[in-house]
Amino acid sequence: MLLTGGTAALQAGTEAGSQSGAGAFVPFLPGLVVLLPLIGFVINGVLALLHARASAVAVRNGGELDLDGPGGRPLTHTLPTWVGPGVVGLAFLITLVNFVRMLGVHLEEPVVRTYWTWIDTGTFHVAAALQLDQLSMVMMLVVTGVSFLIHVFSVGYMGDDPAYPRYFAYLNLFVFFMLTLVMASSYALMFVGWEGVGLCSYLLIGFWFTDREKADAGKKAFVVNRIGDFGFLVAMFLLFSRFHTLDFVPVFHGAAAGLAYGGGLITAITLFFFLGATGKSAQIPLYIWLPDAMAGPTPVSALIHAATMVTAGVYMVARSSVLYALSPVGSATVAGVGALTAFFAATIALKQYDIKKVLAYSTVSQLGYMFVGVGVGAYAAGIFHLMTHAFFKGLLFLGAGAIIHSMHHALHHTHSHADAQDMRNMGGLRKYMPITWIVMWVATLAISGVWPFAGFFSKDEIIWQAGAFGGAAHAPYPRLYTFYWILALAAALLTAFYMTRLMVMTFHGPNRTGTEESRHLRETPAVMWIPLVTLAALSLFGGWINVPEKLHQSFLGLFGALPMGEWMHHWLEPVTAAAQQIQATHLGAVSESAPFGGGEVLWGVVSFLLAVAVIAFAWRMVGSRKYVPAEESPADTGFARVLNRKWYVDELYDTIVVRPLKSTSRFCWKVIDAGVIDGIVNGLGYLARGLGWFGSLFQTGTVNTYALILSLGVLVILGVVIF
Amino acid sequence: MVDILFYIFAAVAIGSALGVVMSRNPVGSLLFMVATLASLAGIFVLLEAHFLAAVQVIVYAGAIMVLFLFVIMLLNLGHDYQKDLKWGAFSVLSFIVVGTLAGFLARALGAGSTGDVMSSAGGRSIDAAVSEFGAVGAIARPLFTTYVVPFEITGILLLVAIVGALVLAKRNV
Amino acid sequence: MVVASMILSALLFVVGTLGVLIRRNAIIMFLSIELQLNAVNLAFVALSRVWGIEGQIFVFFVMTVAAAEAAVGLAIIISIFRHYETVNVNNFNLLKW
Repeated sequence: MLLTGGTAALQAGTEAGSQSGAGAFVPFLPGLVVLLPLIGFVINGVLALLHARASAVAVRNGGELDLDGPGGRPLTHTLPTWVGPGVVGLAFLITLVNFVRMLGVHLEEPVVRTYWTWIDTGTFHVAAALQLDQLSMVMMLVVTGVSFLIHVFSVGYMGDDPAYPRYFAYLNLFVFFMLTLVMASSYALMFVGWEGVGLCSYLLIGFWFTDREKADAGKKAFVVNRIGDFGFLVAMFLLFSRFHTLDFVPVFHGAAAGLAYGGGLITAITLFFFLGATGKSAQIPLYIWLPDAMAGPTPVSALIHAATMVTAGVYMVARSSVLYALSPVGSATVAGVGALTAFFAATIALKQYDIKKVLAYSTVSQLGYMFVGVGVGAYAAGIFHLMTHAFFKGLLFLGAGAIIHSMHHALHHTHSHADAQDMRNMGGLRKYMPITWIVMWVATLAISGVWPFAGFFSKDEIIWQAGAFGGAAHAPYPRLYTFYWILALAAALLTAFYMTRLMVMTFHGPNRTGTEESRHLRETPAVMWIPLVTLAALSLFGGWINVPEKLHQSFLGLFGALPMGEWMHHWLEPVTAAAQQIQATHLGAVSESAPFGGGEVLWGVVSFLLAVAVIAFAWRMVGSRKYVPAEESPADTGFARVLNRKWYVDELYDTIVVRPLKSTSRFCWKVIDAGVIDGIVNGLGYLARGLGWFGSLFQTGTVNTYALILSLGVLVILGVVIF
Repeated sequence: MVDILFYIFAAVAIGSALGVVMSRNPVGSLLFMVATLASLAGIFVLLEAHFLAAVQVIVYAGAIMVLFLFVIMLLNLGHDYQKDLKWGAFSVLSFIVVGTLAGFLARALGAGSTGDVMSSAGGRSIDAAVSEFGAVGAIARPLFTTYVVPFEITGILLLVAIVGALVLAKRNV
Repeated sequence: MVVASMILSALLFVVGTLGVLIRRNAIIMFLSIELQLNAVNLAFVALSRVWGIEGQIFVFFVMTVAAAEAAVGLAIIISIFRHYETVNVNNFNLLKW
């Protein structure tokens, strides 16, 4: 019944999409969006192999492949510059066409394009099908758009790397898998993308695999993600056990009827899916891989570990909004883990000196916000923050990349071994890199939640929704949500602090790089700063597409003058409507005021003023401190040391998880495997050998013996027959 | 009278069979074998299988045994008194196996032995056929009608055996 | 008499088996096998008194096969003798690991 209902709905959806009448959405080459990056991967992959062969030949001949030789750079090095960003740019253009087409119609049901049957066994059918609806469209735009900018940036950043074609091959493969993830029409296909981006993340974190530490960071990311993937798989199995399909459309249509509200099964499903999300999106308790993932090239950190892949968990929860709306426990867990992570990671970011580590913990913290958003039923707000975060965090990482690039060159000139990523070695960089300085400030103001930058609207809405949700008529755990709200507010203030600290330490104050080195600090080339400026513009204006209605009508929205109030909210309505309806039925209307009173506008103003105040405070406090280069700095003491060492979480995990696991494994290896299992196997071998030896005794070669044994056999058979 | 004859033949058959097994001289074994076959032919006669009795004497005791004798002579084994009967663990084991076999067979054949069945339905049909077609006709009739295909195949088998024996025994193939 | 013949047949068969088991002379072993065949023949003939003429026909076939077997077997013994200069089966133990 369920299944047929779902199938009927699916057919209805397909028909609605394929009708050629007026008002129907006709996708424009959606398959090509996914295929283009794959083509890029193949081309760049071939070039990478050719390049590897060429350099192997060069090494065998006793030299090294000289990229800047007299004949100019080889084709394997120049072609990826065009192929890599080119395919992603084309994919972005196709996505834009689709977006414009979708804008023109009101699409109620997702359009599913089925290409071929992927799995067809028994009752389990999975088609290789792409789903286009408002949510996947937003994700496609973010993924292809930000990816394109970061690809362009990479041309400058990675241009001198000997493994340049391999880099673009991996990057294109990543985009392919990411698009598979967001465009999949079933959990099974989504899982393909989910695993694929994990693979690319592993490959790119360990891109400089000759460095043991970096290779290990890749492995750590991969292994920690496996734990999350286990959750994803179990959730899929549970889902299949009830619905006998993994396609989104039938599952979501049948969910409300097929699953009891707040029942055990739906709670288990949502919690297991969320376990998958904590792994992929670096939430407590599985966030530990993300800071280590900064070992990869910085554009990779920007693309995979800030803008796109790590938001896959948020996308997945938003995509499963119907399921999460049905499970108050699941949603509360999502929001709770998100709020805790947001606060906890922000505290760690306060005392990090590595510029990328600060940004990494900042990413973890911001992802926590997104989970708060989707956890309190504000799915549009979560996706909105995902988008703005992709802009400003991508910008921050690329800016950090530009700084590191510049620092590297400077340190390279003097053969200094100082850490190019340590902020204590920077300072006063605004003189040398003015464009980077400006765009980084834009991003900082955006992430800190300063009006009218993007982060103000997206983050403020999440915090507001967390507070308002706790005040709903039948809110499951009102006190808990108040707590989340406080955590989220506190994390917002911490964000403003650590970001200002980062800016002041990096760009302001005296330069600590060294007199000789500082003469070589340069602004980055245009191929790198143009993406930065583009992202800065998006960070500034990107928030205006979803100004909450109340803010939009107040002075914060220039009394309705901002062009697109609540646009994102309305845009995603067809996707989130079912979940919103479930929530409205069971929880009642959300509150019109924050937990301790005050309306949306008031709290918007308060958070803005607090952010500005914290920025000013941080400016004064950090600016007045005398930093010295990293090698001369004394070690932190007291609480600062605890924060600098990340609350000793890695050590804690090492003690309670890794070491027991290792000793258990050692026991399994030495005693169970080497002793028992090998003993059994070898024993069987010896047994067979002994039996063979015993049997060979009867093979005397003499006919009489054979005759005797034959007679014995006759005796036995005769005995059986007679008795 | 018939019973007494049977027991005489049986005694001779058993005795000469043991002689076959125990005799040291191959030629002696062979002659004991001829005696066994002859007494078996007598028992065949007592069992009203006259044709088979004749064939037994002509083919078995005559042709096949002479073939054996030829081989013994050809290989000059006539004076081969080599002791090939050795008493040992193997022989003891053989006797145990053979004894058990005898016990099993006696039990199997002795079970259900209620009276003489010489004049049962099968016997009467044979007697009728013999009186109608003669001893040869009684066996020839089914042999050339019902069992003609196996019969012909047996002919081919014999031909193959002749060729095979020639090929094997010939010095230079 | 049928039952008595069956018992005689069993005894002859056992004696034949004994011969196969304990003798080493290939020709005597062969003779013992012929003895076993004849024991079975006797059983067939005796049982033909119960079941009809088929038993005798089977004896006919057994004799034919025995003749063929004797021809081939003796030929084999001759060729073996040519090689080993003996017919003692203890010497033919190449079929051993």
